[in-house]
Amino acid sequence: MSAVAVPLTRPRAAVRRLRALPGAVQGAWVVIGLLGVLVVAGPWIAPHALAQDVLLGVAPAGSPGHLLGTDALGRDVLALTVAGTRSALIGPLVIALGSMGLGLLLGAPAGYRGGLLDSLVGRWCDLVLALPPILLAIVVAGVIGGGYWVSVAVLMVLFSPSDTRMIRAAVLATRHRPYLEATRVLGLSGPRVLVRHVLPNIAPIALTNVFLDVAFALVAMSSLSYLGVGVAPGSADWGRQLSDGRDLLFTNPAASIVPGVMIIVAAVAANVIGDWLADRFGVGDEVRA
Amino acid sequence: MRLALGIGRRLAATAALLLALSFLVFSLLYVAPGDVARNLLGTRPVSDESLAAVREKFGLDQPFLVQYWHWLSGALTGDLGDSVRSGSAVSAVLGQRVGLTLQLTVLAFVIALAVGIPAGVRAARRHGSAQDRTIVGLAVVGVAAPGFAVGLLLLYVFAVMLGWFPVYGTGESPLDRLWHLALPAVALAAGLAALVVKVTRTAVLRELESDYVTFARARGLRPRAVARLYLTNAAIPVLTSAGLLLAFLFGGTILVETTFSLPGLGSLLAESITFKDIPVVQAVTLVVAVAISLAGLVVDLLTLAVDPRVRRAGLT
Repeated sequence: MSAVAVPLTRPRAAVRRLRALPGAVQGAWVVIGLLGVLVVAGPWIAPHALAQDVLLGVAPAGSPGHLLGTDALGRDVLALTVAGTRSALIGPLVIALGSMGLGLLLGAPAGYRGGLLDSLVGRWCDLVLALPPILLAIVVAGVIGGGYWVSVAVLMVLFSPSDTRMIRAAVLATRHRPYLEATRVLGLSGPRVLVRHVLPNIAPIALTNVFLDVAFALVAMSSLSYLGVGVAPGSADWGRQLSDGRDLLFTNPAASIVPGVMIIVAAVAANVIGDWLADRFGVGDEVRA
Repeated sequence: MRLALGIGRRLAATAALLLALSFLVFSLLYVAPGDVARNLLGTRPVSDESLAAVREKFGLDQPFLVQYWHWLSGALTGDLGDSVRSGSAVSAVLGQRVGLTLQLTVLAFVIALAVGIPAGVRAARRHGSAQDRTIVGLAVVGVAAPGFAVGLLLLYVFAVMLGWFPVYGTGESPLDRLWHLALPAVALAAGLAALVVKVTRTAVLRELESDYVTFARARGLRPRAVARLYLTNAAIPVLTSAGLLLAFLFGGTILVETTFSLPGLGSLLAESITFKDIPVVQAVTLVVAVAISLAGLVVDLLTLAVDPRVRRAGLT
């Protein structure tokens, strides 16, 4: 993980390390970095993103003052896309971290203790994984209703079973290593062994899956907002822009194409980094729908 | 004997899973905010009498489990209640929509297999080459990119810019229908093909690295004969991933049908959620759950027929 953690403090070393990576991974880090800048600085870059100009209406890309044109409400597409970065990325990040948290909380004791706890956790995972996560998310978040954070919470719960399984398998694999047998001989308590001795060893797997989860959550969140679930009408959000802009394909295609490309680029970048971490840490490449 | 026991256990597990899922699906009615009877009447203004009539009709004053039982026994006999939005029977609404979704998903499935399997095998055979890297790169993009975004790009390039395909509609004659479904099917197939490539490539690579392939080559078997050996073995993981592929298809079709304004089950689900038409949402979810569980069952039984090792172990 040093390649990721160190660069933040030493920019020169960061550049050197980045240049040693494969091209796709370099590109992915650059994309993530730029998106990170947009998340933090978005409101300063595009302060009037939501300002409507109903009299102007749809303007094609290249109109004066509007590089990518405007949408049906006369909002500037470029500013709206910049402002939408927050909604597109913060939710998925929270989902990924939360679902990994749940995964650790359920998966680690299940793998370590086995028995009834393990089979209960196992059944729960089977149940959630029996249906496509996107479908479940749409149905549950759609029926409950509520805003952005309800969708985030629902996705967190729906994403956790695959993390739980992953962590459980990882813990199970370390269970019979000599250093863990030693902790049992020493009579250390279960929670202490898990936190102090097992956790550090499964951290790479957890980290890898956080990145892959971010990629999946990004797609899931934008799918929800594309269908009008989870985002308030009129807010800046890529999925929302896509569905609003769909009717403008003939007048200003940029209104839907630009956020669409942003979703794809961000999801691919998160995936590439996840795959690269998986390679680096020798984590099995699990294929998910 | 052990085999029969294994199959029996697998059947029981599927039944138990479906029962649990049906319970969750039924609970959706109570998860929705607001009064259940009012929700069942939709958004129109209602009198106290009609509310009472709905409570009476659906037995809403009875205990939860009794209601669940009524709903489940109705569902098992094909009675899924009435749509809140249109007032017609849910089963009739589903019947109108299911055909298009079947055509779309089958078309996407065929495209994905026809592209994904050869590409995956090729990538594995030329492991590490530029070709392999290109295929894997495309697969990463395909897996990551959501179907609606891909669909929108296709719609813009091939329907709006080039005008080769229609922007919306479903077509009249079978050939016309195929023309109308081509873009949505490709949008749906893109992610699916990427999954197929990943699974196939991994499976073939694993077989290529195993001793029997080295031995068969050293023994001087013709490349074609060796290929038949490892391809047969690599087919098993690809086959067992069918459940995953179906899940992907059903998830993706909701978004793709909405993007292309196609009247299928997926867009029905999306519309029903917007209108809080909970009986329809329940029915579509249940149908998808049954379809995926049954597909999983069929795949397991097929694996049993294909793989003698699984047969001997008595099904996992």
